[in-house]
Amino acid sequence: MKRIVELTINGEARDMAVETCCSLLDALRDDVGLTGTKKGCDVGDCGACTVLVDGEPVNACLMLAVEAQGRSIETVEGLQPSVDTLHPLQDAFMRHGASQCGFCTPGILMMAKKLLADNPRPTDEDIRFGLSGNICRCTGYTKIFDAIKSAAREMEAARS
Amino acid sequence: MRRFEYHRAETLEHASRLLVELGDDSFLFAGGTDLLVEIRERLRRVRNVIDIKSILGLSDITYDEARGLTFGALVTVGRLERLPLVCQRYPNLRAAFASLGSIQVRNRATVVGNICRASPSADTIPPLIADGAFVHIYSRTNMRVVPLAEFFTGPGKSVLAKGEIVTGITVPPALDNSGKAYLKHGRRKAMELSTVGVAVSLTMEDGLCNDIRIALGAVGATVLRAPEAEAMLRGTALDAATIKTAANKAMEECTPISNVRASADYRRDMVGVLTGRAIKQALEAFA
Repeated sequence: MKRIVELTINGEARDMAVETCCSLLDALRDDVGLTGTKKGCDVGDCGACTVLVDGEPVNACLMLAVEAQGRSIETVEGLQPSVDTLHPLQDAFMRHGASQCGFCTPGILMMAKKLLADNPRPTDEDIRFGLSGNICRCTGYTKIFDAIKSAAREMEAARS
Repeated sequence: MRRFEYHRAETLEHASRLLVELGDDSFLFAGGTDLLVEIRERLRRVRNVIDIKSILGLSDITYDEARGLTFGALVTVGRLERLPLVCQRYPNLRAAFASLGSIQVRNRATVVGNICRASPSADTIPPLIADGAFVHIYSRTNMRVVPLAEFFTGPGKSVLAKGEIVTGITVPPALDNSGKAYLKHGRRKAMELSTVGVAVSLTMEDGLCNDIRIALGAVGATVLRAPEAEAMLRGTALDAATIKTAANKAMEECTPISNVRASADYRRDMVGVLTGRAIKQALEAFA
């Protein structure tokens, strides 16, 4: 059975008609066409499908689309402040080569966004803890950490 | 995903009635971090999912010095993990919460769900048992309160009857003379099921151990207490030699199995190591 779900995706109010047993991840990818959010394990282990729901990071594969009624969802597609501008995290990931195959990158970017919102100057340990639910099988963690620290510095400089 | 019917319960009465009327293969859905995985991996036959997140009154957290900490069935692990009261007064619970899954999982998973899943390796159960927590259970005919230590009857099994719903947990107050610890042993820190988990909650009076509860996770069909080890420690000053003897006794009291995560012998050895360490860590509250 399909239900209509009214929600906000990347700041835009939308309706989705979804099967009640459909995950938020499948709805975002297949119904809304936002394929930036990746499906890795589909059981909450890998973090590739991390999106922000009302500002909190969750695995989109472990949430039903019908639960998104009235919620605000942020995906990697909403990270760019404008069409021709990258988010400081995206820019830093490119400059540091923090993406190899790139499959984990959208989830890590969303997790890093939340991490820096809560903690603008994270230590290595803070980043490790913050990203412990996001797996990169190319094992590019060092460059990912470098990129996040670099973005943190730039975002702080931009604020002051 | 395998298909299932989705129901949204408006009240406890409604949810309980649905559980009974829809029959077997019907399950409550709160955080969903276990249930949706079990559906997708075909570990559980699920025809009906009953979402309880619209039920009012299950999201509260309260604390008072007489009753202690009470939280409802919809309170997430992440919310409790970040609660200053938990960080300050219940370091054992804080350690267990922060070690469960990942941040993303903890933002969805509920503590009550972790308990109702009744896994012997569940992280939240040992410290709650060591603290003497109680489970509040609703049914359409009466409410009952069960000590968490008496809630489990086997792996994945509990005393819940058809139509009964756990509405919340109460943890007794954290006394000034108490020390608490939870140690989780796994291959990595995050997204890991515990190989062994040991919780210790104790109180000291005039330099002697007034009371102590040791709860052992992932080394039996349910989380176990170690009553003989506890008896050896009560009334003592918890000196190193007594701790060592009691830790050895705890190794005898557990009943581990060998599986993909560790052998029974290894688990038993780790019970000895972690019990000693957990007692010492609990004593750091008095340093």
